[in-house]
Amino acid sequence: MDSDDEFNSSQVSEDEFMQDSDVDLVDDDSDFDMDQDDVGFETQDKDIKPSKQAYEVDFKVFDPEQIQQTQDKQITDVSAILGQPPEATAILLRHLRWNKERLIDKYMEDQDGILESAGLGESATHNPPKIIRVKGFVCDICCEDGPELDTFAMKCGHRFCVGCYRQYLYTKIKDEGEAARIRCPGDGCNRVVDSKSLDLLVAEDLRDRYQELLTRTYVDDKENLRWCPAPNCVYAVECGVKDKELKRIVPTVHCECGHYFCFGCSLNDHQPAPCALVKKWLKKCEDDSETANWISANTKECPKCHSTIEKNGGCNHMTCRKCRHEFCWMCMGVWSEHGTSWYNCNRYEEKSGSEARDAQAKSRQSLERYLHYYNRYANHEQSAKLDKDIYLKTEKKMQQLQNTTGMSWIEVQFLDTASQALQQCRQTLKWTYAFAYYLARNNLTEIFEDNQKDLEMAVENLSEMFEKPIDQLKGLKVDMMDKTAYCNKRRIILLNDTAENLKQGNWEFNVSMS
Amino acid sequence: MALPKRIIKETERLMAEPVQGISAIPHEENLRHFDVVIFGPSQSPYEGGVFKAELFLPEDYPMAPPKVRFLTKIYHPNIDRLGRICLDVLKSNWSPALQIRTILLSIQALLGAPNPDDPLANDVAQQWKEDQNKAIATAKEWTEKYAKP
Ligand SMILES: [Zn+2]
Ligand SMILES: [Zn+2]
Ligand SMILES: [Zn+2]
Ligand SMILES: [Zn+2]
Ligand SMILES: [Zn+2]
Ligand SMILES: [Zn+2]
Repeated sequence: MDSDDEFNSSQVSEDEFMQDSDVDLVDDDSDFDMDQDDVGFETQDKDIKPSKQAYEVDFKVFDPEQIQQTQDKQITDVSAILGQPPEATAILLRHLRWNKERLIDKYMEDQDGILESAGLGESATHNPPKIIRVKGFVCDICCEDGPELDTFAMKCGHRFCVGCYRQYLYTKIKDEGEAARIRCPGDGCNRVVDSKSLDLLVAEDLRDRYQELLTRTYVDDKENLRWCPAPNCVYAVECGVKDKELKRIVPTVHCECGHYFCFGCSLNDHQPAPCALVKKWLKKCEDDSETANWISANTKECPKCHSTIEKNGGCNHMTCRKCRHEFCWMCMGVWSEHGTSWYNCNRYEEKSGSEARDAQAKSRQSLERYLHYYNRYANHEQSAKLDKDIYLKTEKKMQQLQNTTGMSWIEVQFLDTASQALQQCRQTLKWTYAFAYYLARNNLTEIFEDNQKDLEMAVENLSEMFEKPIDQLKGLKVDMMDKTAYCNKRRIILLNDTAENLKQGNWEFNVSMS
Repeated sequence: MALPKRIIKETERLMAEPVQGISAIPHEENLRHFDVVIFGPSQSPYEGGVFKAELFLPEDYPMAPPKVRFLTKIYHPNIDRLGRICLDVLKSNWSPALQIRTILLSIQALLGAPNPDDPLANDVAQQWKEDQNKAIATAKEWTEKYAKP
């Protein structure tokens, strides 16, 4: 590889870079470790953004150029410390998974050893890797032999024909996406194919992919960097939350592409439930899906007249077409009782002890309890999809309305805002049920359930408005904007409460968090 | 498609110098498909058992590992109900320099040394860890029941 090209290709001037974003990447030797102590909880009140909520974490989004630049910057810095050319430094850094401190230590301790293991040793300089022909050689991979056969081996001596070596590298790079740590094809050999050997063997058409993968290792190897998991997204997110902190914090980050995801586990935003509970919950749902599906498939009839009811909007306030009975889709209870002090749709009422004495009753009760939470979890997931469908239909109608009544694009934006709020609130609500399933009752759970109930009611109220006929929507604009704002407010209240208590270890869970 | 030289050589050698306690015979109509028989190693719960398996060499063999599956029911923490095998050399530690014979030897060795810490069949691994004597007894029972010709 041509070192000059590699290091200058994506160079952006520092000024330009600083203008583009407020990141401190080029700050002396900071190398991404933006004051990590500040990311914790204790300090959050006094630092940076005053508007930061208890459930929010600090993070920064990087585009590919910024990542390349940071990487180049670190290479330049370490290169100066070690007195090695940048190209060799890059190889050494990748070799040690971008752990700068470890590299410097190791280099000071045993310079020859580290150079040798990265494929940069004396022997490599005086005796660079080369393709040769060997008399009487038989390739162990293809079983070909003959005096015309080009062969290659690294210092470990595992020699194969060049065709097989190339095909091996091709498989690793193209199919398996490996680059920086491809091992020798020899059985049980741990020698990593060094970059000089790769340069010699890798065909032109693989160079770009190879370079791209090398760049990717930088993010992969850094504990405080993660690729955005959205399909085709090229951004990486930096966040200081460590693995061991994940019991106390749910680090949702927001990528430039619009995707909200968890920095801890890369799944879609799952606040307020901590990663460990999310993992357990998803596993449980997978294992129990048959039972749960059976139940939800069998509850889709009107509780009064038993005619089949199809749900076609996100709203859970159902009115039976046949008997006009109004009920709640989640608990199948009478709707008129919802929104009053009788409302207990979200709370699971534990049966008294006497009812659950024998093992069978207990297991039935535990299934019932699970289904209570699962149905609500699944329902919000489903409702979010239906809300979206109905919004898309509304959007189309609004466009027609725009054309016929001359309402401006700006004027219909409230629908978009409302729809997004619904999506986000349902996402949160969905996970409150997984969270609640693992929550052991204490004096705080009631507040949580009240918050959950309030958010749920706010969401259902807003969701219901989407089902209104299109000609009424115009007149509901102010009301709808109010309801949207209220939903967002309830969501923040709930998330702040859960995050605050999680951080202080106030929640008690009925499973271990590890 | 013509069979690569590598596969021809390997097959020839498997026939000429068979491995102790293992046989692998290619199908006549598909030379990438082998009928395999592995004899349970002595001093193991599988001793005396004759285990049938199938081995298939995919298109990109030897860059990709062979696919192997047990056909005889076997009670083992690293082999699941469908006969699939959890073995590093069949996955991440595959090297194109490995061969059918080395793979089959590794599988035979796995029968001699089950590894419940790296399980494929979770329930079996669980029982293996909780009550090893009982698990071994079950493995012997299954050998008796399913793997005796
Ligand atoms: Zn070869
Ligand atoms: Zn080697
Ligand atoms: Zn993204
Ligand atoms: Zn997570
Ligand atoms: Zn009805
Ligand atoms: Zn209800």
